[in-house]
Amino acid sequence: MTVATQSTAMPTAGQHGLVAHSDGPVVPVQTRSERFRSVDVADFAPVTGREHEWKLSPVAAFADLTSGELDGARLGLETAGAEGVAVEWIARDDARIGTAGTPEERASANAWTSFGEALLIRVTGEDDKIATVTRTGLGSTPRGAHTVIEAAPNSRGLVVLAGTGSARLSENVEVIVGEGANLTVVSVQEWDDDAVHLASHFARIGRDAKLKHIVVSLGGKVVRVNPSTHLAEQGGDVEALGLYFSDAGQHLEQQVYVHHDAPNTRSRVTYKGALQGEGARSVWIGDVLIGNAAVGTDSYEQNRNLVLSDGTRADSIPNLEIETGNIAGAGHASATGRFDDEQLFYLMARGITEEEARRLVVRGFLNEIVQQIGVAELEERLTAALEAELQGA
Amino acid sequence: MSVLEIKNLHVNVETDQGTREILRGVDLVINEGEIHAIMGPNGSGKSTLAYTIAGHPKYTVVEGEILLDGENVLEMSVDERARAGLFLAMQYPVEIPGVTVTNFLRTAKTAIDGEAPSVRHWVKDVRTAMGNLKMDSAFAERNVNEGFSGGEKKRNEILQLELLKPKFAVLDETDSGLDVDALKIVSEGVNRAKENTGLGILLITHYTRILRYIKPDFVHVFVAGKIAEQGGPELADRLEEEGYDRYQVAEPASAE
Repeated sequence: MTVATQSTAMPTAGQHGLVAHSDGPVVPVQTRSERFRSVDVADFAPVTGREHEWKLSPVAAFADLTSGELDGARLGLETAGAEGVAVEWIARDDARIGTAGTPEERASANAWTSFGEALLIRVTGEDDKIATVTRTGLGSTPRGAHTVIEAAPNSRGLVVLAGTGSARLSENVEVIVGEGANLTVVSVQEWDDDAVHLASHFARIGRDAKLKHIVVSLGGKVVRVNPSTHLAEQGGDVEALGLYFSDAGQHLEQQVYVHHDAPNTRSRVTYKGALQGEGARSVWIGDVLIGNAAVGTDSYEQNRNLVLSDGTRADSIPNLEIETGNIAGAGHASATGRFDDEQLFYLMARGITEEEARRLVVRGFLNEIVQQIGVAELEERLTAALEAELQGA
Repeated sequence: MSVLEIKNLHVNVETDQGTREILRGVDLVINEGEIHAIMGPNGSGKSTLAYTIAGHPKYTVVEGEILLDGENVLEMSVDERARAGLFLAMQYPVEIPGVTVTNFLRTAKTAIDGEAPSVRHWVKDVRTAMGNLKMDSAFAERNVNEGFSGGEKKRNEILQLELLKPKFAVLDETDSGLDVDALKIVSEGVNRAKENTGLGILLITHYTRILRYIKPDFVHVFVAGKIAEQGGPELADRLEEEGYDRYQVAEPASAE
């Protein structure tokens, strides 16, 4: 056996990775927190589909959202409010805007550049409460929008941000979780079959605050919801959960990023998806960065996919970057398995019909996430919606 | 009285090398309450018989019949066969992700009976059956066969046999890979099921070992896709001493 001597010195300019890359003129950044960011769409080059943040997305299906002009007018809303949750429109120059994050790609920047006013959902008070804001009737006009969800210090609450009907929407959602607050945000995508929805969620978690963030994507032609969480102060905690069911011709994507940037922060990322039908597609990218300051970090991320038929594709890419050795734990896992003919035979050999067998397996698989939502009515509705998905394809 | 009849059964299987003939005219009649042992060397077609009775899509019946109380089993789907009273304890039970044993058992019982079992009795029945099979109660909340040891998987099969109460059970090499303690526990379960429900049993095995614990009424020796010899329990004793060598295995069918 021959052992090649490997130099551990810094790569030279001539080595791969430091020369201009075929992906574009810019060398890809190696650290997740150093990606280029800007709120101005003009700062981003036109999207080719070769960029790392777009390379798994069907960019031609939404060129209007990445490079066209967006209508930044107020979105049509249906609001089911609660005491302690205020819903109002605020001006672009409001001080809260931009405090939780900055766009890292062109569709997000385009929305930021275009929106007229931002929707503010403000949670106050220490009692549990649930509010639902549904965006609906958006039609086929390409739109850009901005939402700020703010949980006041020590407040508790659950906000459901839903989307139904047709839409071509690019948006940014900032989630500002104040000190000691406990907030749950559930983003539910039940758009019509032709809808395109690109969303970037930016959460900033204050000291000893907790965010549970749940992405549920069921309906829409292309749905891409990318939640980033900045654990910026000590004791912050994020639980990022996701659930998706992709059927024929559907593209459901989520790029999840957790940045541990303060001592003793915790994150759990769990995304589960099912795919059924020709051309059903899912993408999950999970980036976790444990920064130099983030001693005592406790982190785990995982993605599970259940493939129910031929002709599907699930991409699952966990990335973990650790800049300090002094942590409590960090792990990642990814598994994509199929519900195969032998499993079906086993269940049917016990008298269970084929339809019931599929339902049993899918429900068992996805329920782990559904159960965590914490709104009984929504859980029931989503369980029914998942069963409809199963029947539908 | 229930009867399972297998008449002149010819079965083919599609492989990468083309169609292979595995069963070449099997005749067998099993009455309720009887235990028939099917013994034979590897590749003789024993498992093919088991899977064909259960209706696995890989096997094609080219000739012959399987009748359950006169009803044509071959026209039934896999789940219909199970609901008609047939049960197959699998040699290699598969893992079912996301489905707990509890959920699976209740769903199967409901499907077989056509109605949900009464909650109070069912929970007790499951607990008792698991206790008898020395299965820890934590099993109930685990996913079906996921991370189970070989012995645990076989016990889980017999648990289903006891709870679903079929008319006829095919046990496909349930003894393989079990240590003696597990073998005893599993055998007791089979005997208990027979005592409680009077079911007919087709016990498929390579070894005579399990026949010390489950006493067959009839023994059939399977060679090259056919029954080469049959008799009473004494035939098993003879096999134990002599092995399968005296049956000239000219053309092994190798389907297992």
